[in-house]
Amino acid sequence: MGNLEILIQAPIFSVQLLIDGLLVGSIFALAAYGMALLWGVMNIINISQGDYVILGGYVTLTLYNAGIHPLFGVPVAAVVLFFVGWAIYRVVIFRVVDRDLFISILATFGISILLQQLMDQIFGADIQSAESGLGTLFLFDDRVTVGQIKLVALAVVIVVSVSLVLFFKRSRMGQAIRATAQNARAARLMGINTDRVYAMTFAMNAAICGAAGALVVMTWVIQPFIGLAYTIRSFMIVVVAGLGNIAGVVAAALGLGAAEQFAAFLLGAEFQIGFVFGLLVVILLVRNMNLKRQRRVLK
Amino acid sequence: MNGGGKIALYLGLAVAALLVPQVPFLQPYLIQFAFLWVMILFAMTWDVMGGQMGYNSFGNIVFFGVGMYATAVVQRDLYFTVEEYANVAGGEQAALTPAEYLTGLALGMGIGGMLAVLIAAVLGSGILGLRGHYFAICTLGLGIAAGELASGWDYIGAGSGLVTPLLPDALGERGPFFYYVFLVLAVITFLVLKRLYAGQFGLAINAIRDDEDKADALGLHATRYKTVAWCVSGFFLALAGGVFGNLVIFIDPTDVAFAGPTFGVWMVLMAILGGKGTLWGPVIGATVFHLTQEFFWTYLFGWQRVALGLLIVVVVVFFPLGIVGWLRERWPQRFGEMVDEDARRVQVSLEGER
Repeated sequence: MGNLEILIQAPIFSVQLLIDGLLVGSIFALAAYGMALLWGVMNIINISQGDYVILGGYVTLTLYNAGIHPLFGVPVAAVVLFFVGWAIYRVVIFRVVDRDLFISILATFGISILLQQLMDQIFGADIQSAESGLGTLFLFDDRVTVGQIKLVALAVVIVVSVSLVLFFKRSRMGQAIRATAQNARAARLMGINTDRVYAMTFAMNAAICGAAGALVVMTWVIQPFIGLAYTIRSFMIVVVAGLGNIAGVVAAALGLGAAEQFAAFLLGAEFQIGFVFGLLVVILLVRNMNLKRQRRVLK
Repeated sequence: MNGGGKIALYLGLAVAALLVPQVPFLQPYLIQFAFLWVMILFAMTWDVMGGQMGYNSFGNIVFFGVGMYATAVVQRDLYFTVEEYANVAGGEQAALTPAEYLTGLALGMGIGGMLAVLIAAVLGSGILGLRGHYFAICTLGLGIAAGELASGWDYIGAGSGLVTPLLPDALGERGPFFYYVFLVLAVITFLVLKRLYAGQFGLAINAIRDDEDKADALGLHATRYKTVAWCVSGFFLALAGGVFGNLVIFIDPTDVAFAGPTFGVWMVLMAILGGKGTLWGPVIGATVFHLTQEFFWTYLFGWQRVALGLLIVVVVVFFPLGIVGWLRERWPQRFGEMVDEDARRVQVSLEGER
């Protein structure tokens, strides 16, 4: 905790941590939004969520190694992951969609392991990242530095989110997805092909994750086995925000990003992942206590 | 199966298991056979939660690691000071008399088991009030967090691991000794679980699996039963972990103790493969998996873990009943279920029409 003193004596550091955290948190918001989408529409908790993020990162990295600027990786990763998601739905997920949660959790757990090990075999276990070549901004007399790529990433996140909201409000498919989320059976009676809706939802979730992964590989690092942390983060954000609450998801994601940066600074970077998992347990315990209190009132 | 056949089967299995170390050509593989009992323990303890109660636990490996570390620390601190031990581990091995060794092992296993029960009770009473998916994701994080913690904690050797004392010569070879210890442990676990499943406890956790809301509404203290089930599962896993640390001699925090990607995944797969929610399923699943594993490791060159993930997906999606579950659906009479032939015929024809 020796770093606490630094924070007290030089408050400008906390500005730095806050900015970093909020920018990283905006990427978490994308993955979490995808998870909330799947959870709400298909009632599936997708444990392989984080692995799509990492896979998107590797797609971008492959482009980067081929000499293409990684920013092009954002749309490419989204498209590639869209088809990966579609394929996974067609092969596995449609068989578990209307079965109980127990089966779908186990199935996505298996997919998660499969993807992790595949990426490990193909890309190696090393930590890698793609250099965007953009400069750094200096604020507050050069005491706070912000990589420009992080600002670009924020812009991409905003563009993607706004287009998603518009998609769900305006387009035919978006309306069909919302109808299916409300009541799948009624939607089917109204002539909506729910199977196609599910496939679309799953593929879109993978695409969103892929875009997020492209941003992760430019602003941070990726590694085959780090996907689980993104699954846990997404889950945590959705649990705190609640389903179908976009503003809540954004707020929780930004908060988580900032909290993580402060924790990594205070406890040491090696405990950052430990902090994420610890926070998950704490959040679930608090949630259970709250629910218990409500139950007692009902009695 | 009738009573006489059952007894004969049990007796035959017991004799076979006891005789394995005496067969000359099996002697070199005794450690492998000891591993088989560990695998069976893994699958059986996972099945308490995953099969009988319908709660996926992806972090049961935590108890394995806790038991292993607790036993190793007790064995270390009981007869050595830390400096002595550091010197010994660097050069020659620590020598213990058989009595000292066994006392340390037993005491360590006891403390490890208690610790596991404590952790399961404290965490369980908090998390298990929530429904399955919260528990599943929470345990997923727990396994990793435990590994990270153990890698950073100097008292238990941090990332460089911990060395357990060697088996004294007077207790014989490593192979037969650990074979018998794990055999006894597996048999005790099996019998305890058999007894538990046959009684009120088994009915209660099965009710929770089938419909938790109804069970709750009928006055069952669901959270209490769930927590106890997790404690039972953790206790036996911790005992197994304690002995396992002594078998492999060197405890690595992420590769041996909290080995999520290997043991942690295997236990889920083995239980489902054999048939979750049945008494014999995990035993059979673990045996089949362990025997075929030889194939996986030898012929797949690093792709075995990819195949493992694929296998989980295939088994969960296409073969969710598992081996025993499938047999049970095929020949229900053999499993002591009454079958109304007429009703069955009607049901089958209805299913055919759908």
